Amino acid sequence: MARTQVHAPGSLGDDRAARARRIGRRRETRAALLFISPWIIGFLIFTAWPIIYSGYLSLTDYDVINSPNFVGLENYEELFRDPKIATALWNTFIFTVIQVPLYVIVSLALALLLDKAGRASGFFRTAFFLPKMTPPVAVGILLLLLFNGQDGLINGVLGWFGIDGPAWTTDPDWVKPGLILMSLWSVGSSVIILLAALRNVPQELYDSARVDGANWWQQTRKITVPMISGALFFIFIVNTIAGFQTFTEAYTAFFGSGNTTYSNDAALFYVIYLFRQAFEFLEMGYASAMAWLLFVIIMIFTAIQIRVSRRFVYYEGEQR
Amino acid sequence: MKTAAVRWSALALTAGLVFTGCAEGTSDSSDDESGGGTVYDPEAELSGELNVMGFGATDEIGQTRLDLASEAIAPAAVSLIEGDLDIQQFLSAIASGEPPELVYANRDQIGTFASRGAIIPLDECIDGEGIDTSIYREPALNQVTFDGSVYGIPEFNQVQITQANADLLAAAGLTLDDVNGSDWDAATAATQAMYVGDGSSLSVIGFDSKLPEFLPLWAKANGADLLSEDGRTAQLDDPKVLEALEWAVGIYDVQGGFGAVKAYRDSADFFGAGNQFATNVLGAMPMEQWYVNVVNDVSPDAPMAYDTVRDREGQPLAYASGSAWAIPEGSSNPEAACRFIKTMTETDSWIAAAQARVDLREAEGKPFTGLLTGNAEADQAIQDQFVTPSGEQKWDDAVAATYEANEATFTLPANPADAEFKTAWQDAVNRVLNGQQEPAEALAQAQEEAQAALDEAWSTWDQEEG
Repeated sequence: MARTQVHAPGSLGDDRAARARRIGRRRETRAALLFISPWIIGFLIFTAWPIIYSGYLSLTDYDVINSPNFVGLENYEELFRDPKIATALWNTFIFTVIQVPLYVIVSLALALLLDKAGRASGFFRTAFFLPKMTPPVAVGILLLLLFNGQDGLINGVLGWFGIDGPAWTTDPDWVKPGLILMSLWSVGSSVIILLAALRNVPQELYDSARVDGANWWQQTRKITVPMISGALFFIFIVNTIAGFQTFTEAYTAFFGSGNTTYSNDAALFYVIYLFRQAFEFLEMGYASAMAWLLFVIIMIFTAIQIRVSRRFVYYEGEQR
Repeated sequence: MKTAAVRWSALALTAGLVFTGCAEGTSDSSDDESGGGTVYDPEAELSGELNVMGFGATDEIGQTRLDLASEAIAPAAVSLIEGDLDIQQFLSAIASGEPPELVYANRDQIGTFASRGAIIPLDECIDGEGIDTSIYREPALNQVTFDGSVYGIPEFNQVQITQANADLLAAAGLTLDDVNGSDWDAATAATQAMYVGDGSSLSVIGFDSKLPEFLPLWAKANGADLLSEDGRTAQLDDPKVLEALEWAVGIYDVQGGFGAVKAYRDSADFFGAGNQFATNVLGAMPMEQWYVNVVNDVSPDAPMAYDTVRDREGQPLAYASGSAWAIPEGSSNPEAACRFIKTMTETDSWIAAAQARVDLREAEGKPFTGLLTGNAEADQAIQDQFVTPSGEQKWDDAVAATYEANEATFTLPANPADAEFKTAWQDAVNRVLNGQQEPAEALAQAQEEAQAALDEAWSTWDQEEG
């Protein structure tokens, strides 16, 4: 009679197998670490260390040239006394709150159009992406030209409809709307991401919906948007972070070399004020404190978005 | 575990995004200044390298003097780090202990650099190389003299003159006296007379008072300085400054507001043949003298008329700006830097450069419109030697106005908070132009901000100096 040797749990055979698996996993881990070590080293040197050191600098009075002088929480206290911090934060908040949803909606609308473009899709994909290749500094200069209150293209087009366009580049009420509209210039990359997501939505879902009598809007709302919600969320969160860090276009248009003396408080975004403190006024300690405040703000908003996204975002294959 | 890893990754990634671009330099500042122990001897043979930051020999004026200065310090070798001075790059170089041997900066940056210990006093250099500081223009020298020590040697000088469209003036029955700033009521009336527009849409700007940048000019024309002579007290809330601001802003108000004028100004082909004067869409404005060359080059037939800017007493006036040479703290070759500076700014070098410019202009069939430097002796020699009637009255008037203005300059004194001070008054003007504040309120806020910055910076300096 044949006998099958069965090891009881915790017996010698199980231990050997478990050890072999552990050794295998360790080897895999070591290999993985080895392969990503260039990134880790780069991250530690060029990102982690500056972050940590800026935390220290935020507690000092530091002018770049002379040694940092420890001042405790003075820079953080100053953040609450400096009225321009409130102005800059408000400008940044308003810009982000309006720009991000608009950016996502326009991206989605263009992606949906491209999805229906058939053979012409390739041409339009390229056409939409090309503006993204424009350097942000050039976009800032372009803003001054397109939104020029006198001869700008935007007011020219508004004029066709009998609308006397505003002074986009000088009227404080219209500076942010101009910047928000100009930011749509670079919508191409998001369109490409969303288009890729759209192409991954199973056709059977639409077929079934059509059989059930669903119209285009119902299909978009009930199938398309939920199925690409992961991509939408990615665009939303990345643009929110970018919104809080808005700098180049506004700086070029309203604070940069083209306008060495003209500026507009309505375009004073937080990172612009941070940059001026650091590199124009040489208040590097204060600028570091500002950077940490922004970091905390972004973390809070990101955490909220991640929390909220759990209810709305669908990831294919995700275990819930 | 996985969730935690994702969170930490998100944290790290976000932190990276936030702090990218906020890199900073670290250094222990050296207590010993480079000038200490250095022997400046005009007869000594020099060696090593001379890396010059912020200067580019982009034309014959620069190249001629560069050749002479390179020869003067040979066998030491000159290497240019071209382009406008990048303050971030310069200070980072200082902080990392590897500064350039010589730096070329705007004169209004010298006080801030000096107060932070980024550049060294040039007293020993001046004595050792025998640089005669009496030949430099006093306002220019004052701009680079901080707390009693000279930290920079002035190079170019820029002044404003009144530049006007003679046809528009004549059509409105006006003369240069109406737009040269000597009579503010007349200037406002001239603006209204030449201005053509409909609400926010302009087709001719009558007069452009060039705010925000020329507030110091109009304040001085009204008898006020924005900053006290010792550079310690802001005077932005002086009633005369307020009056100047109100008048200069009023110039825009009678033309539909600053927004309309700026939009029209921004849409102009400023450096091209279709510039505002050539196309008869600008009556007059104060502008730096180099713009005469631009108009002469691209639109020689433009109907121009020139005068100095004048104060309310009718006297010539110009708010001078320009560049200067300075030796950074930690410069490894201050001897070569000093002799290089001396050669670049001495009278003979300027004359040689002017000769090169004259030759070039003659070859192009264009008039020589003068050369303004921080060296008064050189200016006089160049004017005497090279400035001759061009055959066209307007260009001769431009040159005459330029030299007259050059004799009537003023500057703001060096101070350790120049950037903050400038930002305070410019922001104030901008708030008024943007319709966010009334002039008095804006200047009161600017006074507070500027004085706070000055007090803090001077306090730090005074403590360090003991």
